[in-house]
Amino acid sequence: MPAYPHKHNGYKAPLPWLVAVLALAALVALPVLVVTANLLVPSGDVWTHLAATVLGSYIGNSLLLMAGVGTGVAIGGVGTAWLVTMCRFRLSRVLEWALLLPMAMPAYVVAYTYTDLLDYSGPLQSVLRAVFGWSSARDYWFPDIRSLGGAIAVMVMVLYPYVYILARAAFLEQSVCVLEASRTLGRGPWRAFGQVALPLARASIIAGIALALMETLNDFGTVQYFAVDTFTTGIYRTWLGMGQPIAAAQLGAVLMIFVAALIVMERLSRGGAKSHHTTSRYRRLPQIPLTGWRGGLALGFSLLPVLLGFVVPALVLAGWTLQVGLENSFGGDFSRLAGNSLILAVIAGMTAVAVALVLAYAQRLHPRPLIRFAVRIASLGYAVPGSVIAVGILVPLVAADRALAHGIESWTGRSPGLLMTGTIFALVYAYLVRFLAVSTNSIEASLAKVTPSLEAAARTLGCGTVTALRRVHIPMIRGSLLSAALLVFVDVMKELPATLIMRPFNFDTLATRTFTLASDERLADAGAPALAIVLVGLVPVLLLSRAIAKSRPGESE
Amino acid sequence: MNSTTGLVMSNITHHFGRTQVVDDVSLSIAPGELLCLLGPSGCGKTTTLRIAAGLEVPSAGTVVLNGTEVSGPHAQLPPESRHVGFLFQDYALFPHLRVRGNVEFGLAGKPAAERRARAEEMLDQVGMADYAESWPHQLSGGQQQRVALARALAPNPGLMLLDEPFSGLDKRLRDQVRDETLHVLKRNRVSTLMVTHDPEEAMFMADRVAVMRQGRIVQMDQPQTLYNQPADPFVASFFGEVNVFDAAIADGMAQTPLGPFAASLNGAGKAQVLIRPEGISLDPAGGAEGIVLAARLLGRVSLVHLRVEHPTLPAHHLHARLASRALPAEGERIRITVDPSQVFIFPAA
Repeated sequence: MPAYPHKHNGYKAPLPWLVAVLALAALVALPVLVVTANLLVPSGDVWTHLAATVLGSYIGNSLLLMAGVGTGVAIGGVGTAWLVTMCRFRLSRVLEWALLLPMAMPAYVVAYTYTDLLDYSGPLQSVLRAVFGWSSARDYWFPDIRSLGGAIAVMVMVLYPYVYILARAAFLEQSVCVLEASRTLGRGPWRAFGQVALPLARASIIAGIALALMETLNDFGTVQYFAVDTFTTGIYRTWLGMGQPIAAAQLGAVLMIFVAALIVMERLSRGGAKSHHTTSRYRRLPQIPLTGWRGGLALGFSLLPVLLGFVVPALVLAGWTLQVGLENSFGGDFSRLAGNSLILAVIAGMTAVAVALVLAYAQRLHPRPLIRFAVRIASLGYAVPGSVIAVGILVPLVAADRALAHGIESWTGRSPGLLMTGTIFALVYAYLVRFLAVSTNSIEASLAKVTPSLEAAARTLGCGTVTALRRVHIPMIRGSLLSAALLVFVDVMKELPATLIMRPFNFDTLATRTFTLASDERLADAGAPALAIVLVGLVPVLLLSRAIAKSRPGESE
Repeated sequence: MNSTTGLVMSNITHHFGRTQVVDDVSLSIAPGELLCLLGPSGCGKTTTLRIAAGLEVPSAGTVVLNGTEVSGPHAQLPPESRHVGFLFQDYALFPHLRVRGNVEFGLAGKPAAERRARAEEMLDQVGMADYAESWPHQLSGGQQQRVALARALAPNPGLMLLDEPFSGLDKRLRDQVRDETLHVLKRNRVSTLMVTHDPEEAMFMADRVAVMRQGRIVQMDQPQTLYNQPADPFVASFFGEVNVFDAAIADGMAQTPLGPFAASLNGAGKAQVLIRPEGISLDPAGGAEGIVLAARLLGRVSLVHLRVEHPTLPAHHLHARLASRALPAEGERIRITVDPSQVFIFPAA
């Protein structure tokens, strides 16, 4: 009786799948590894100089930023989620999806609009001066938006939806199982929130905060514009300004310690979040009707984030566009910028979906530890700031380019220059690293629609693994493939730090042009490209809000 | 086991992690024969079926399909190369394809006209010709089952594998679809291995039945043999409720409250006596007496709860199924007789 070593369904992972998955995972992990490895490389004076001068303020500012944003998104996200799921007041059903709208706003765009609104020469201060008869800045105190506090405010405005989405889902899930029980045990609705709902949703809330803080660490546009020194501005300056790649990478490595802490925090809380379903039975949520001043207060609290995070900035952008004139706004090189953004986003979206499909399908075919681990590694890029990824790619790429050029030169006698650095290829690689998780998560989830017996049916009817993918899986999850590509597409449109560092010479996108115009204090001119980014960003937000409106358990019955 | 057609599985053993789910299973199916794997859930029958399909690779053992080794030391053919048809418990129709597309799925590589003709032929056989353009979600459970059967048979497989194919249907529909499926399989003369936990279904469908328990085949034979000569108490009780007595053996006879029964067991000792409820009938001249505790009409038969007493043995509660549909009154004393062919005596465990 011959014995075979046992492995899951028994088939060894065919070599091509295994090689593909491991190669892709290695490719995506490479930038982070490079950055981390640079901790061990001595870089001499520059690093000593950085450590002695700016490192302290980077760490301090980043910690303050995280503390402020974390507190803000927790209050805003949890508060609004609780109000719209558990209470009924005027506009509460509209707000349930409208609260997502600020997700379409890149933080740096919001920063530009509020700077314009709140500046000394801006409309708000002008009105105040006119009303109170002040004549100069010495006559009154007004908070400076271009500060650490301003950066915190801006990021809270656009990042609270991360907490809102997860907290809302957690509140909906626990509703029937425990809330009513706690009510019958004598807890009023508000004490039930504090003693039952909040502790039960804690894991989801922490996961949401972790995601918002990852975005905070990733932010470059806002802190750069507000002149708040953080790691991302430091990396940018050290790399492009001082031309010190190793020191930039070392800053990135220190930043990665913060990121690693957030990943651990998110993973741990997500693990805890799984144990929450004590029942799968849903019923229509009993909502507390709020009227009078309570209703007004609830409406005000929930409406404020939408107004501040979306409506006001959108109006300012529209105002700028009109002020410059539609012709000037969308004429000139607007179409070239839009074309560049479009090309990058389409290529990155399609690549991310293709790679994610290979990873998710291989994991399904051969769910063994090595492949699972590789897929997880490949999905970690969502936590890594774009500037770190850029440095992590450019350092080895420049080295490879130099070696290549040197080789070609010694062969042909002519130097071809740098072949890969500063190309769209390098940029798409960076996007892939950063946004692969977006497409992988969405494709992994949708592959669950293809049940094991459907897969087995395809196999017994004569399909090999690749044919089954083509004839069954892809047609069945086509919609999810599209929406995964769309999510990556929009993220790429908004992405700033990696694009700034890695873009080809003289290659501008809507995002980089918005940034350079704002840096040159030509805010009104930045209106059109910023508005375009926001409009494109609205598409997935609207899709998501449609899903959210439908996701109320018990509503469809 | 050297036949060159049909299916031959030899000494199949399979583990999931440390759990052994299939333990040295050997079976063979002659061309056109229908063999049923019957057993309680978790007995390893579905795993055996999946091993035959190539969906699982056995830890040890060989599978020979129509003369070719498909699993074993020399070969490990993936499912797509085995040319088997698989009928799934949930039918597994492709939701993105119409009925016609589903049936044509396994015919890839053939010319379109041939595919279409074969699909129509198969849909006609299962009575679904009018639904070729429907989507799977528009069909009822019974219709989906028929389409799944047509799809599995369309490529003319060398072996059909059926995994609890009727368990998703309600009772009345199940009887009808079962009957149709049996006729379609027999008309196509395809060797079939079917898995079920329902003994009645196994007896209805199968030429031979293999009863499995804890990964092993306990007994494999024609249905009537299993029913009339069960190899052990498990097989006997699997085909229906039994009255169980612990009995002492004296003089080659097992002593029960219903009287002594000839036991072919060697020597004296303890025995387990199983008597089917349908083996007990009312008989004024019967050798045992019982008090009626309750009597219920169940349709074709009536079920009588009896208390039998014996001068030396403890009293016993037993069930009798009476084909006469007699309903004796509660508390009545009746005399009964036992059909010896419905009595099974095994050594006590």
